[in-house]
Amino acid sequence: MWEYTDNVMEHFENPRNVGVVERIDGEGQVGSLSCGDALRLTIQVDKERDIIEDAKFQTFGCASAIASSSALTEMIKGKTLDQALTLTNQDIADYLGGLPKEKMHCSVMGQEALEAAISNYRGVPVRATQGEIICHCFGVTDQEIERVVKTNRLTTVEEITQFTKAGGGCGKCLPKLEELLAKILHRASGNGSDTPKPARMTALKRIKLIEEVINTQIAPALMRDGGDIELVDVDGNEVVVALKGSCSGCPSSKRTLADFVTETLRTLVDPAIVVREQR
Amino acid sequence: METIYFDNNATTKVDPEVLEAMLPFFKDSYGNPSSMHHKGGEVATALRKARQSLADLLGCEPIEIIYTSCGTESDNTALWSALRTQPNKRHLITSKVEHSAIINNATFLKHQGYRVTEIGVDRGGLIDMDQLVDSMTPDTALVSLLWANNETGVLFPVEKIADLCHEKGIVFHTDAVQAIGKIPINLKDTNIDMLSLAGHKIHAPKGIGALFVRRKLKFAPFMIGGHQENGRRGGTENVPYIIGLGVAAELAQKRLPEENTRVRALRDRLEEGLLTIPSSMVNGDRVQRLPNTTNISFEYVEGESILFHLSHAGICASSGSACTSGSLEPSHVLRAMGVPFTAAHGSIRLSLSVENTDAEVDRALKIFPEVIEKLRNLSPFWKDGAPALESGLLSCDGNSCQICN
Repeated sequence: MWEYTDNVMEHFENPRNVGVVERIDGEGQVGSLSCGDALRLTIQVDKERDIIEDAKFQTFGCASAIASSSALTEMIKGKTLDQALTLTNQDIADYLGGLPKEKMHCSVMGQEALEAAISNYRGVPVRATQGEIICHCFGVTDQEIERVVKTNRLTTVEEITQFTKAGGGCGKCLPKLEELLAKILHRASGNGSDTPKPARMTALKRIKLIEEVINTQIAPALMRDGGDIELVDVDGNEVVVALKGSCSGCPSSKRTLADFVTETLRTLVDPAIVVREQR
Repeated sequence: METIYFDNNATTKVDPEVLEAMLPFFKDSYGNPSSMHHKGGEVATALRKARQSLADLLGCEPIEIIYTSCGTESDNTALWSALRTQPNKRHLITSKVEHSAIINNATFLKHQGYRVTEIGVDRGGLIDMDQLVDSMTPDTALVSLLWANNETGVLFPVEKIADLCHEKGIVFHTDAVQAIGKIPINLKDTNIDMLSLAGHKIHAPKGIGALFVRRKLKFAPFMIGGHQENGRRGGTENVPYIIGLGVAAELAQKRLPEENTRVRALRDRLEEGLLTIPSSMVNGDRVQRLPNTTNISFEYVEGESILFHLSHAGICASSGSACTSGSLEPSHVLRAMGVPFTAAHGSIRLSLSVENTDAEVDRALKIFPEVIEKLRNLSPFWKDGAPALESGLLSCDGNSCQICN
């Protein structure tokens, strides 16, 4: 059984602000019936003061989805639109005394519905739907993932799934998520400048970095599909690897190498790297 | 508030008679059955009696029973024995609706280079016999199938399948954890080679299971150790629990007619009553099914929410929704059956036992409609007592991933 806080259970059993506001000025809809949770948030705005006069929700979903929606409406009533937009999903979780990490996506859903409702009121496009769709099962875009990773300081793909659901369906996008996460973290740590560092790296440091990237970034992604990767040799810009388990002989292994291993090593180590597979 | 326990496929209450029989073996009868003195001797005698009781329930010989720690250990033992004793065969047949003990082994074996065929089921959860027969090859080491599905209660015709396997010289194993004590089983009249069971589903405690292994079937132990269980499962016997399982087997034998009359009637009345709730449906074939189980979907509401409200009212049940499993996908069983996602998310399993009463069914039939209505009033997909899908919310674009397929 989930360890829900008393606050979560209280909001689940006695949800506040259920329904639709009297005059719908803004409306945000997130999720779907097939995804297992969906939230419709409607807001009524005091146009002169730019204040959310009333907010109501309708939610299909689990206890934490209902509790997050209820909390959200309580939190935004009486706030100006700009104040409301500073609300993060973590604020919703905190309001409830925390959520199990597997349920954090419920708080993200709340935050996104709010943003959608305000965007709808202001007649501007919704940020969450912009960008390239990475997870087709749950329709999650790269921009949405980047925002959630930064707001919540996420460091693993597993966390991305817990917060956005991305990667939690068929799992085909997991390598892409690894790649995206590596890019986001790389930029966040201030290493994102275009000038390559390898010039100042000794050969030993460079090999160590390559090894580290393979072990911490690439191998875990391959292991999810039952495969594995081992570093065989580094010769100048050529990195020789051996694919193991279900990767070896897998028809898509060439693509895995080209698209994922190469891309990750080029991003994190050196754009000049060439990857070769040892047979 | 009185608890109504409708989750007997998850586990059952330990019967007081079972507990009573176990207690002496935590106290004075502490001997090791292997010991050559009277303290050991009295325990060895009690073990023999318990083994006989279980053999009587299964319709097999006592020597054909190996005690294990749980159903999962029994499944693992059966699977690995079949593979190790036939090292040249590299193919395994199972189904898409198995217990995780078999499914996760199958995934592991695929990565080890084995070929695994997972037979599909139809909308009612019944196995595709044509696909099953077509999949059997001279390379097939084992066919392993559930006798009764834990989520839907749907039965596979395992006796018939065992005959087919026997003709082709393929070892056949069935996980009968849910079937034991609910349907008549007489192993000596079948060609089943191995059968798994777990004590805690028949009112014995958690921590004891058994595997039936047909006499003369080649066997390789999973747990290598001492001479216990005729050298087929090392480790000092879990004496009190084996005794408990013996009594539970006697009770199950005695209660089998009641399971199939009174409990069946309770289940049927509960099910019919719940089906009067709008937009509800039974998942799984209603004929080829255990007498104690029903799996019902309430569309446009989510399973975990239903369970919490039920629990608040005293009712224990379970769900195949994504949120209850900790994953983001609903039950693999319902998906394999092609139950629409909209229904899978709102699926509730109710599993009864001889402990349940008419009064409990009456109370449940009052509570359920209130819970479902309360949640539907919150749902954006429900308006004025009917589904309201036009509210503009995203619906699945279909077939873009294997969730939908």
